[in-house]
Amino acid sequence: MTPPYRYLEEIATADVAFEARGSTLEETFLAASDATLNTMVEEIGTVAPREHRAFSLAADSLDLLLFELLQELVYRKDAERLLLRVRDLRIEEAGSGYRLDADTTGETIDSRRHSLLADVKAVTLHRLVVERTPDGWRAVVVLDV
Amino acid sequence: MPIPKDIVRISDTIWEIPVSHKAGMLVPARIFATETLLSAFDDGVFEQITNVATLPGIVGHACCMPDGHWGYGFPIGGLAAMDPECGVISPGGIGFDINCGMRLCLTNLAYGEVQPRLRNLVDRVAGRVPAGVGEEGTVRVTRDEFRQAVEQGARWAVKRGYGWMEDLERTEEGGCLRGADASRVSEKAVDRGFRQIGTLGSGNHYLEIQVARAENVFDPETARAFGIALPDQVVVMFHCGSRGFGHQVATDYLRVFLAAMRGKYGIHVPDRELACAPFRSPEGQDYFAAMKCAVNMSFVNRQVILHRIREVFSEVFGKDPKDLGMHQVYDVSHNTAKIERHVLGGKPRELLVHRKGATRAFGPGMPGLPDIYRSTGQPVILGGSMETGSYLLAGADTGGCTFFTTAHGSGRAMSRTAARKRYRGRQLQEQLEQRGIYVRTASWSGLAEEAGAAYKNVDDVVEATERAGLSRRVVRLLPVGNVKG
Repeated sequence: MTPPYRYLEEIATADVAFEARGSTLEETFLAASDATLNTMVEEIGTVAPREHRAFSLAADSLDLLLFELLQELVYRKDAERLLLRVRDLRIEEAGSGYRLDADTTGETIDSRRHSLLADVKAVTLHRLVVERTPDGWRAVVVLDV
Repeated sequence: MPIPKDIVRISDTIWEIPVSHKAGMLVPARIFATETLLSAFDDGVFEQITNVATLPGIVGHACCMPDGHWGYGFPIGGLAAMDPECGVISPGGIGFDINCGMRLCLTNLAYGEVQPRLRNLVDRVAGRVPAGVGEEGTVRVTRDEFRQAVEQGARWAVKRGYGWMEDLERTEEGGCLRGADASRVSEKAVDRGFRQIGTLGSGNHYLEIQVARAENVFDPETARAFGIALPDQVVVMFHCGSRGFGHQVATDYLRVFLAAMRGKYGIHVPDRELACAPFRSPEGQDYFAAMKCAVNMSFVNRQVILHRIREVFSEVFGKDPKDLGMHQVYDVSHNTAKIERHVLGGKPRELLVHRKGATRAFGPGMPGLPDIYRSTGQPVILGGSMETGSYLLAGADTGGCTFFTTAHGSGRAMSRTAARKRYRGRQLQEQLEQRGIYVRTASWSGLAEEAGAAYKNVDDVVEATERAGLSRRVVRLLPVGNVKG
């Protein structure tokens, strides 16, 4: 199956840009989190669900909510040395902004089993977009690697 | 976006985009490049450097170096000096990898002595300097000790036996940017960084064993002053930064600035990645103090890595590192904002200089240089691709037009994804080995991304800096062994 994201060659030469799509906002965020993981690991299927982490995040807008989600995954990659895959997430309006609850699974980085690519340093705000499309949602993210 | 139609040729290496180009530009943008390099610049550079020219308090010109390319917020190779009293500080003008930089170490060994042991050296260094995604280092510290380390910089490491006192004066800012305040740093930033001291990282980070061949010495006198005087002398160069700690500091304050910028300070920027706050504001000062911690973390990181390199050479050659002449030449920073004194409009002024993917290149006699380099100008370590070689340059007294700033590398010309499609890591490693360059990598795909053809021609970049008067060539260094992060 073609992953619901593609890397964009034409923007941000030294970094990694991708576009993620989904029929729902949740699917789009999930695809974006897989694209982020896939920037660090060649085969995301090699990341076994040995550990479980659940967290909640909030932001004023949908694009910043996606920024917070991806940034949380980058943070745990260094702080806990965990590669995490988002299994389930719920997004809802909260006050004047949005709230996200995520369930993630993954495991400790193991260079013998995970074919590692680039270390993601951060999620940038450059050209960050989460927008509706005729058939769902689309997000564009530039990662600093 | 093609080259802007309104660009004006100031000289054969200086191009100016006037303030009339875009609404809100406060100063002209200047690109330092030959016509050949300029025509190959990617689309984002022109948009981004003219965005930088709109930042409040910018003085002189928004500048882009010859190795410039599309980044986020500032272009890579971007330079902006602000009036500290009325100007802003922007994390996007520094980058997430705060004080990513280069360090160069000498040996008194000739290539003929090193060549039979090259594999052993590279393999051992690769084992001693962890590289790749989320790798941890070998220096174990508590969170409190880490907070002390990032306030004290390289001196913290030297006091614990990781290096020599002389290394400090041969490091930009003496290896410690004063005013670092760890209370301005989040727990999350400490979480990410406190186990990563002594690690290389990934992407374009590397550690390289290189040779200075006689035919590549452009200025023998300055080369001698920098410690390169022997035939086929072997040196070690490496490139890395502040690791997850610096990345988190930048991320934390990007959020703070985004919230404060519009509501509290009424500042509007063309790209959110240029989020900023007045330098003298509480947010600006907090970030400046936290950013200095990240600058110092990077100095600590490179100090420990230098120590590991000395350990390995000492083991392999059975000699003390001092007997192997393993003096540090210098350590330069790429991604920083610093208060410096420069002449503007004929008058000396204090300025907040943002450099993102650009190197400070102080000319001869400038304050801030150690005595040993007072007459030569600052050593500038410019990293090329792993295939094409790197340069040791010297700061020039003609560098005032860029507040004494020059290029930092050869500059990417091809996206990482495109490079990965075109090259194969294993194949590249074999090809390099046939050319006498032994490469160890933490990632085959990562190796493919760093193929020489993914970069601009380093010789062209260096020539442009020399013709523009920003820095001058001293020695070209050829790679023979490489540990790729």
